[in-house]
Amino acid sequence: MLAVQEAVLCPMCDATQEISADAMLNELIACGDCGGELEIVSLQPLRLELAPPCEEDWGE
Amino acid sequence: MSERRPPAPQSTRPRVAMLVTHIRAEEKLLREALVVAGLTCDVLLDRELRLDLLADAGQAAPNGRPWREYEAILIRTVSQSRGLLAALVLEGWGLRVINRYETAAICADKARTTLTLARAGIPQPAVRLAFTPAAGLSALDELSYPAVLKPVVGSWGRLLARVRDAEEAEAILEHRQTLGGYAQQVVYAQEYIEKPGRDIRAFVIGERPICAIYRASEHWVTNTARGGRASNCPLTPELVSLCERAAAAVGGGLLALDVLEAPDGRLLLNEINHTMEFRNSSAPTGVDIAAAVAEYVREAVLPVRARAE
Repeated sequence: MLAVQEAVLCPMCDATQEISADAMLNELIACGDCGGELEIVSLQPLRLELAPPCEEDWGE
Repeated sequence: MSERRPPAPQSTRPRVAMLVTHIRAEEKLLREALVVAGLTCDVLLDRELRLDLLADAGQAAPNGRPWREYEAILIRTVSQSRGLLAALVLEGWGLRVINRYETAAICADKARTTLTLARAGIPQPAVRLAFTPAAGLSALDELSYPAVLKPVVGSWGRLLARVRDAEEAEAILEHRQTLGGYAQQVVYAQEYIEKPGRDIRAFVIGERPICAIYRASEHWVTNTARGGRASNCPLTPELVSLCERAAAAVGGGLLALDVLEAPDGRLLLNEINHTMEFRNSSAPTGVDIAAAVAEYVREAVLPVRARAE
């Protein structure tokens, strides 16, 4: 079970997101409720924003 | 793969940077592995770069630290154009960039990849390049249908089209002309290989494959980004030889090679990826890919340290 750092709301659907204690700044996470891709833009205080949409040149 | 060693004191650790668009599962694993390998790893965001092209590596990175203090920069941007340009600039300043710019530039461009592999005698599907829909249709006639249309630059199976006849091809090419930028209007047409419901993704460190997976799917596009299921693929002597030759042809580095199994049993090199995704591949193969990457980076910076001392 992940150690939970603190709870924060999804900026898209307001569902509570549990962020693990080892979360990194600029890490991408998926909202378990709406499936939206979110980016952790601040750790202290914890803040989420919608991740930038996939661009044409993204890939491996 | 690599023996875990006790961490070196912070002050003596070689410092490397990992340039990212954002942190995905791979970057998180890599950062942890780089620290375990005895390196200090700063994460830098490509969106924050401001590169003075008339100056040198004495200028500050986004975190304020002079670029020249980094003994290597691991490019992990999901944006291929940002990663390529950053690699070009940083390498031009004399910094060690992984992967090297030339290797990344070859792999990012399917036409360049095909040409480079062809010169090295690597078996691959037949390919035609054309610049107009009319020439593209003639090229497809030469290849015969079904065939595959791919963007010259692109990834994750985006905008791939299997065309079964000239009517379908004409429609796809017309859409590309109307909807796409110039890169989408270049016709890269590839022979369609009837796969056994799977392809092979081999992970290469330097010029040596360390593991491989099968990517299985009912869909003809087998990318795991498109739902392909991963399972272990044995490293046969034939696969190892193909991977070693292909990796050497593009200059080596941290590479993911996509290989097709032709109906006649031949292995054909399909594509090479220079910013490999591997989150689903360590479990089925039992190989800690992040640790292998970190060890490669550590070994790359050791000569730098030795020279400095």
